[in-house]
Amino acid sequence: MNIDYSQEAPAIAGRLSLSEIEELVARPLDTKPDRKYFIALSISGTLLLIGAVCLAFSFYYGIGLWGNNQPVGWAVPIVNFVFWVGIGHAGTLISAILFLLRQKWRTGIARFAEAMTIFAVMCAGIFPIIHTGRPWLAGYLLPYPNQHSLWVNFTSPLLWDVFAVSTYFTVSLVFWYIGLIPDFATLRDRTTSKIKKTIYSIFSLGWRHSSRHWQHYEKAYMLLAGFATPLVLSVHTIVSFDFAVSILPGWHTTIFPPYFVAGAIFSGFAMVVTVLVFVRKIFNLENIITMDHLEKMNKVILATGMMVGYAYGMEFFIAWYSGVQAEQFVFINRAFGPYAWAYWIMVSCNVIFPQLFWFRKFRRSIPVMMVIVILVNVGMWFERFVITITSLHRDFLPSSWAYYKPTIFDMGILLGSFGLFFTLVILFTKSLPVVSISEVKAVAEGAQPTHHGGHHE
Amino acid sequence: MNKKLFGIAAIFKSPDDIIQAAKKTAEAGYKKFDTHSPYPVHGMERAMKLKPSKLGFITLVFGLTGAGLALLLMYWTMSVDYPMIIGGKPFFALPAFIPVTFEVTVLLATLSTVIGMITFFFRFPENDHPLHDTEYMKKVSRDHFGLVIEASDKNFDESKVRDFLKSLSPISIEEIYFSEKETFPVLEPKFVTFLIAVALVTSGVTYFALNKLLYMQPFTWMMEQQKLNPQQKSSLFADGFGMRTPVQGTVARGFLPYPYMGQTNPTEVLQNPYLPTKENLKLGEQKYLTFCSPCHGNFGDGDSRLRGQFPNPPSLHSTRAREFSDGMIYHIITNGQNIMPSYASQITREERWAIVNYIRVLQRAKNAKSSDLQVVNKETGNNASN
Repeated sequence: MNIDYSQEAPAIAGRLSLSEIEELVARPLDTKPDRKYFIALSISGTLLLIGAVCLAFSFYYGIGLWGNNQPVGWAVPIVNFVFWVGIGHAGTLISAILFLLRQKWRTGIARFAEAMTIFAVMCAGIFPIIHTGRPWLAGYLLPYPNQHSLWVNFTSPLLWDVFAVSTYFTVSLVFWYIGLIPDFATLRDRTTSKIKKTIYSIFSLGWRHSSRHWQHYEKAYMLLAGFATPLVLSVHTIVSFDFAVSILPGWHTTIFPPYFVAGAIFSGFAMVVTVLVFVRKIFNLENIITMDHLEKMNKVILATGMMVGYAYGMEFFIAWYSGVQAEQFVFINRAFGPYAWAYWIMVSCNVIFPQLFWFRKFRRSIPVMMVIVILVNVGMWFERFVITITSLHRDFLPSSWAYYKPTIFDMGILLGSFGLFFTLVILFTKSLPVVSISEVKAVAEGAQPTHHGGHHE
Repeated sequence: MNKKLFGIAAIFKSPDDIIQAAKKTAEAGYKKFDTHSPYPVHGMERAMKLKPSKLGFITLVFGLTGAGLALLLMYWTMSVDYPMIIGGKPFFALPAFIPVTFEVTVLLATLSTVIGMITFFFRFPENDHPLHDTEYMKKVSRDHFGLVIEASDKNFDESKVRDFLKSLSPISIEEIYFSEKETFPVLEPKFVTFLIAVALVTSGVTYFALNKLLYMQPFTWMMEQQKLNPQQKSSLFADGFGMRTPVQGTVARGFLPYPYMGQTNPTEVLQNPYLPTKENLKLGEQKYLTFCSPCHGNFGDGDSRLRGQFPNPPSLHSTRAREFSDGMIYHIITNGQNIMPSYASQITREERWAIVNYIRVLQRAKNAKSSDLQVVNKETGNNASN
C-alpha cells in the first residue's frame, strides 16, 4: 500500500502517443462488428421487442392492464421514470461538474456517460407519456394557444417536470454533440470510405481544428458546463417535487430534493461502472478507462450511498420528531409492513453492501465491483418503489387499503426500457467514438506545452 | 497552374514548437494567420494575441431573455388570460414560477450559445474551405500542429512568407490553394422530382394522421362508452326513452311556483326579497340586456331593436311604470302582460328580482332629481357629502 498521493496520477495510462489514442478509440468504428456484437444486440433487441409488445397491448386495451388501481394510482411507471432519470444524472455530473472541478480523469469516461444520460432520459421520457393513457395527446403538455383557450398549470410540479426533463434532454444532447464535433472532424480526415466521409463531413460542420475556433469552443464548453451543473441538480429536485409538493405522509418531506439528487448520482455512477467495465474490456480501452477511474467512481458511489443512507435514517427521525401520527405510521409500515421485503432490499443494496468500498482492494476488484454496482442498481429501483408504493397503499381510509402487485405488462415494459437503453448503448459503441478523442489527446503526456513555453529565446 | 493561392502552411511536431511559431508570427505583424491542433493547446490565445472570446455576451442576453419571456408568459396566462385560483396561491405565484423560469433560461442560454457559436463565430457549416482534404488537415487532425499564413494578409509575399516559415524550423511546408467552385444546379429534374415526392409524402402522411388515424380505434375509444347519447333509443325502458319524466310536483331549482300566475291585475303582489347590491345589479343588468332589451331598449326607453317586426312596448320611464311596486314589475315579468309573454321558464326567480332592481336603477338614472346630483371631490374621488 505504498501510494504516492503527493502527485496526480496520469489521466491515461501506458504512455500512449496521440496517434495511438486515436487508433484505439476509432478501431471499433473501422472494423466490422463480430458475432458477439450481434448476440448482444439480439438480446437487447428481444427485450426491446417485449416492451414494444406490452406497450402495444397497453395502448389497445388501455392501461387497465397494469397493476395501478386505487389507492396505488402511481406505481411502477413512475418508479421507472424516476429510476431512469436518476441513471442519467451521472453523465452530466461527469461531463459538467467534474469539468468545472478540473478533474482530468473525467475525459476518458465523459463521452460514454453523456451518451448514457441521453439514452436514460429517452427511456425515462416514455413513462410519464404512456402513463397518461393516451400518449398521442402528449402535445397538450405544452403551453400553446389552443381553441379551448386553456393553458397548462404552471404551478404544478408535473408541469415543471415537463420543462425540466425536456430541457435536460435538449441540453445534454447539445452538450454531447458539441463534444463530438472535433471527433467527427478527426474521423472525417482519417476515413477512406466515401460514405463515411460524407456523413462525418455533415456532422463535423466543416470543423478544421483552428485555434481561433478552439478559443470560442472552450468558452462555449465552459458556459455549457456552467449551465448543465445547476440544471442537473434542478432536474432531480423537480422530480422529487412531484412527490414532496403533495401533502401525502411519506412524500411531503423537505429532505427529498437533496436526497433524490444524491440517489440519482449514486444510481447513475453504478450504471456507468456496470457498462464501462464491459466496454473497456471489449474495446481494449484499459489504458484510457483505467482502474484508477473505476476506483474514483467507486468512491463517489460510496459517498453518495452514505448520503442516501443518511436520508433513510433522517426520514425516520423526522417522522418521530414531527409527532404526526400519520407520518409515523407510514414509516413504521414502510419498514415492517407488507412491503418490508422491498424496504430491506433497498437498505441492504444501497447502504450496507457499498460499505465494502471502504477497502481499496474491493474498489479495485472488477468482480466485487460488478456485484456491488448491480446490487446498487437493484436497490435504487427498489428505493423508488418503496417511496411510491408504501406511501400510497395504506391511505387514510383503512377500508381502501390494498396490496399492489405489478402485472406482467408492467414488468414487460420495464424490461423493454432496459432493452431500449442497451440497444442504444450497443449501437452507440459501434457508430460513434466512445471516448472523446480530442479531450483524451489533450490530457496525454506531453500534449501540452511545458510551463516555460518550450525553447527560450 | 492558375489556381488561386489560399496560404502557406507549415507543420510542427510538438506543442512547444507551435506556441513559439505562433508567437513569432504574431510578432512579425501577420494578422491573417491561424494555427491548427488536434486539441486546444494551452496558452495559444496569448501566443496568437487573440482577444478574449465574446461568446458570453450572447449567452447573457439570451439567458435573460429566456427568464423574462418565461415569467411574462406565466404571468399573462395565469394572471391575465385565464386567472384561476390553484391551491390557494396568488395568481402571480412567483415561487411556483421559479422552476420553469430557470429551465427556460438554461434552455435559451444553451441553445443560443451553441447556435451563435456555430453560425456567427465559426460561420459553419463550411465544408468547402480550402484547408479541407489537404495533407495538412490530415496531419493536424491527428497528432501534428500547423500554422497557416493566409494570402489575403496585407503583408503577404509568397517568397518572404516561405522564408519566414522556414526560419521557424517546421517539419514540412505546404501551399494551400482554393479548390474550384463546385456548382449544384437546383432545377435538375431529378432534384425537382425528389422535392415533389417529399412534399406529397409529407402532406399525405400528415393528412392521414390528423384526419383519419385519430378517428380510428383505439384512438377513439373514449367515444365508445356505455351511455346514451341524445336521440338514442334506450333498451332499458319500455317507452324507449333514455330520460325519465320527473315525479309529479317536482320543482326545479330556482323555479318556485308563482302564486299569482294568470292574474291580469293582481290585488296583491310579492315583496322584493333582494337588496340592490352591486353583484345583484350586475346580474340584473346582464339579464336585462339579454332578455328585456331587444324590445324595451338598452335603457328602457321602449326603442325596440326589432325594427317594427314586433310592436314597440311603452317606455319604462312613464309615470305609471315608475309607480309600479317591485312586486308588480316582477309579476309582469313572470306572468307577461298584453303581448309580452311570460318569462317564468327562462329566467330564474333571483334573476327576475335582479332585473327589477336594475329597472329601478334605470328609472332613477333617466329621471334624476337635482338632489341626486352630488359634488364629487376631484382629489379623492369621494362624494363631498360622505
